[in-house]
Amino acid sequence: MTPPFPPPPFPPPMGLIMEVTHRCPLQCPYCSNPLALDPVASELPTEIWLRVIDEAAALGVLQAHFTGGEPLARRDLPGLVNRAVKAGMYTNIITSGVTLDDRAMATLQDAGIDHIQLSFQDIDPRENDRVGGYEGAFAKKRAAADRIRGAGLPLTLNFVIQRHNAGRVADMLDFAEDLQAERVEIAHVQYYGWGLKNRAALLPTRAQLEDTTDVVEAARERLRGKMVIDYVVPDYHAARPKSCMGGWAQRFINISPAGKALPCHAAESLPGFTFPNVRDMSLAEVWESEPFRRYRGTDWMPEPCRGCDRRELDWGGCRCQAFAIVGEAGVTDPACELSPHHHLMGEAAEESAAPAPPFIYRRMGALVAG
Amino acid sequence: MSASASTIDPAAVPRLGTGMKLRFDQVRGAWVVLGPERLFLPDEHAVEVLKLVDGTRSVAAIAAALAEKFAAPAEVIEADIGPMLRDLQTRGAIRL
Repeated sequence: MTPPFPPPPFPPPMGLIMEVTHRCPLQCPYCSNPLALDPVASELPTEIWLRVIDEAAALGVLQAHFTGGEPLARRDLPGLVNRAVKAGMYTNIITSGVTLDDRAMATLQDAGIDHIQLSFQDIDPRENDRVGGYEGAFAKKRAAADRIRGAGLPLTLNFVIQRHNAGRVADMLDFAEDLQAERVEIAHVQYYGWGLKNRAALLPTRAQLEDTTDVVEAARERLRGKMVIDYVVPDYHAARPKSCMGGWAQRFINISPAGKALPCHAAESLPGFTFPNVRDMSLAEVWESEPFRRYRGTDWMPEPCRGCDRRELDWGGCRCQAFAIVGEAGVTDPACELSPHHHLMGEAAEESAAPAPPFIYRRMGALVAG
Repeated sequence: MSASASTIDPAAVPRLGTGMKLRFDQVRGAWVVLGPERLFLPDEHAVEVLKLVDGTRSVAAIAAALAEKFAAPAEVIEADIGPMLRDLQTRGAIRL
């Protein structure tokens, strides 16, 4: 007879993703934030973020990611970064760069920031500014890249790929090489939230995707050992799903501006969950909470995942995509060709052959009002 | 990996990549390599090599130090660490 011992604690998370605000000067139509944005009045106060940072380090988190919205919109960002540095975590800021002026750069450098990821919407300045909905953004981003370089920090450039810029990936990689970036992300839009809302305006054709893949593979060969190129593809032309977040609640904790603790930034879209809030729970309790355990590991899996030899490689794909496309979070990601719902992805992908509709820009209240 | 890709000039001086850090994590009781949005838990052999990567020691000097520490022939160690250094370079952990 087995004694009723509690299950052993799950290995600690590797990364803490802090969405410190949903405020942002840009209005990208594929923003990864939820459609219902957290208003500024709901944002966590400094002292709770500081407590969460300390708890993360004690729990075993190795990397602290500050993102948003635009994390620089929070005036207390340097203090938060410094706390994470002092706690021994590797610190990373994901920024649009348009407000990274000399003063902001100096303050973050003094705080001990380890790395900055700078996002671009395109390599063509006019298109970059059109997609971000911000006149002059490209020039500011270009200046921010020089400031990051000037500070001696490692630089990652992030280019978000969609049907309007998929033909310019080679130019993006040349630009990154000229800047001697350590790392570049060629990241196709992921179709959740705003991206899903704008899918018909953004999703590339299969031929466009294959072209970008060829360009990336050739550059990887040429730049091996000099620049790391991370490549993220859209799920709609895929045969197998991505290992979303490295598995549900296996590597990351994501905190929303209002303090909601989530296994990923899109999980708020799932019905039937009451996610814990760091205002009233420690991160250690969050990590063992029921929402975090629900799709962790392989026990929850239905067929065809359960008997699949890739179940611990892709962890069944993405729960948010299963819900968005199939209407059920607990089924195989329809991006997998073994899913009985895979045809839904192919049907959606046909949008990419039609003319692109205009963007619905990401704005507070953009959808509520309409 | 081809033979040429894993052969390394013994005079080459590896250094950690920009923004890469080797740290001992108390919670896991393990060494970790932390970098821009990536991390590795290196195996015990890689840890011994990485501890000696300081931007001044050459590959030959690293091999000699390991040969002394583990009482093994330096040329054997040098041959062993070549592919490992190439792998760490590909991951961006070190520069050669």
